[in-house]
Amino acid sequence: MTNPLQLSFDPADDAWSVTKLVTSVKRLIEAEFVPVWIRGEVVGCKVWSSGHWYFSLRDRITQVRCTMWSRYTYQAGKPPEDGTEVFVLARPGIYDSKGEFHLSVTRLIPTAAVGAAQKELERVKEALRKDGLFDEARKRPIPPFASTVAVVTSTAGAAMRDVITVVGKRWPCCRILVVNALVRALKLVTRVPEVELCIVGRGGGGRDDLNAFNSEAVCRALAAVKVPTISAVGHETDISLTDLVADLRAPTPSAAAEMAVSDRREVLRQIDDLGARLAGGLSSRTRLGAVRLARTGDRLQAAMDRAIRRERHRADRLGAQLDALSPLRILDRGYAVPVDPDGRVLKRLADFAPGAPFRLRIADGDVAARVEQS
Amino acid sequence: MSIAQDLNRLEEIVRKLESEDVELDAALALFEEGVARLRAARERLGTAEVKVQTVLEEASGDLRLTDLDG
Repeated sequence: MTNPLQLSFDPADDAWSVTKLVTSVKRLIEAEFVPVWIRGEVVGCKVWSSGHWYFSLRDRITQVRCTMWSRYTYQAGKPPEDGTEVFVLARPGIYDSKGEFHLSVTRLIPTAAVGAAQKELERVKEALRKDGLFDEARKRPIPPFASTVAVVTSTAGAAMRDVITVVGKRWPCCRILVVNALVRALKLVTRVPEVELCIVGRGGGGRDDLNAFNSEAVCRALAAVKVPTISAVGHETDISLTDLVADLRAPTPSAAAEMAVSDRREVLRQIDDLGARLAGGLSSRTRLGAVRLARTGDRLQAAMDRAIRRERHRADRLGAQLDALSPLRILDRGYAVPVDPDGRVLKRLADFAPGAPFRLRIADGDVAARVEQS
Repeated sequence: MSIAQDLNRLEEIVRKLESEDVELDAALALFEEGVARLRAARERLGTAEVKVQTVLEEASGDLRLTDLDG
C-alpha cells in the first residue's frame, strides 16, 4: 500500500489515543509537583450548591483554572470576590474528561489577611517580650520522673496520640491527663495539684490552625501554668509564640514525649547500680565489725570472712535478689542477738541483771544463757 | 513518696554507707530502709500500662478526673 503523505510510520499503528496522552501528561505532572503556594488574583469564582468553588487565578500574563472542594472551602470563609489577591496552596493536575490543566486548591488566604495576621503576631510578640515571658531566667528544668503529665491540645486528634504512645512505652508508671481547648485546658490543669509537667500542642495534623499557638491569650495562659511546660506545635519551618513561652520547645509531639519522661529501662539500670552499692556499703560495714570481733577468736574470724565473701559474691549478682539481703541475715555471719524471755532485744548493760536467764538468737535457732556477772 | 524522692533518698543512704563512719546498728537500719526504697521504686516502675485520663469541671467548680479509653 502506498502512503500518500510519505510518512515513515503508519498512523494507524503508532498514533496514541487522546486518553493515553492526557493520562501520561497527568501522571507526569502529578509526579513532579508537591502542593505549592501560589500568589495570584481571583477571577470568576463560582460557588456550587455542593459547596465546591471554581475560579481562575491570574497574573498579568496568564491564568489557570482552579477547583476547591467543599471540604476545604468551609475553612476559607467567604468566596473571594473578583480581583482579590490571594495565596493558594494547590497541586497542579489535569482534568481527565476535558484534558484541561488546573489547580486543585486546599487552602486560600487573601494576601491582605496575611499582612494583618503578621502585624498582630508582631504586636503580641512585643507585648509578651515586654512582660518578660520569653526570658531565659523563667525557664524551669523538666522533672525527670513525672508521675502525672498533662497534655493540652487545640483539638482532639492523632498527633497527641503519639505523645501517649511514646510516654506509655518509656514511662508507663505515669498518668496522662488529656485536655482539649487550649486556654480553658491550661487553666484547668494548673488547678490539678498532681500535675508535674504540661505538654501543649496541636491535636491533629497540618490543617489545624497554627494561629492559636500565636495568640496572646494562649501564651499568657501557658506562662501562668505553675509546672514546667513543653511546647510541641510541630511545625518545622515556623516557631510559634508558645515555643518561646514554654520552658522547652519540641519539634514534634513524639519528641516532646521523649523530653517529658525518662526511659524506664535506664532508671531500672540506675536502681540496680544503687542496689549493688547498697549491698557493697553494708558489706564494708560488716568487714569493719569483723576486724574488731576477730580479737575474740579465730573461729569467729573465719566465720566472718566466709560471711564477707558470701556477701561480696551476693553483691555482685544483686539486682533482683536484693530482698534476700534482709538485715536478719547478719545472724548468718556469726552475730548473736541476746533477747529476754519475752523476746525483747537486750542492748544495754542495764538489761542484764546478775543471774538472769536470757536467750542468744543465732542463725539456726537460739541458745539458753545466763548472766554470770554484769 | 515519688520515684524521684525514693531515688534521692537511696543515693543518700548509699553515700552514707560508703563513707564508712556509720555505726553498725545505724548501717543496718540504713540498709533496711534502702532495700525498702529499692523495692518501692521497682514496684512503681513495674506498672505495665500508662493511665490516660481527662479533667472535667463540674457545675460546682470542682474538678473531676475521669478515665479515657486507650
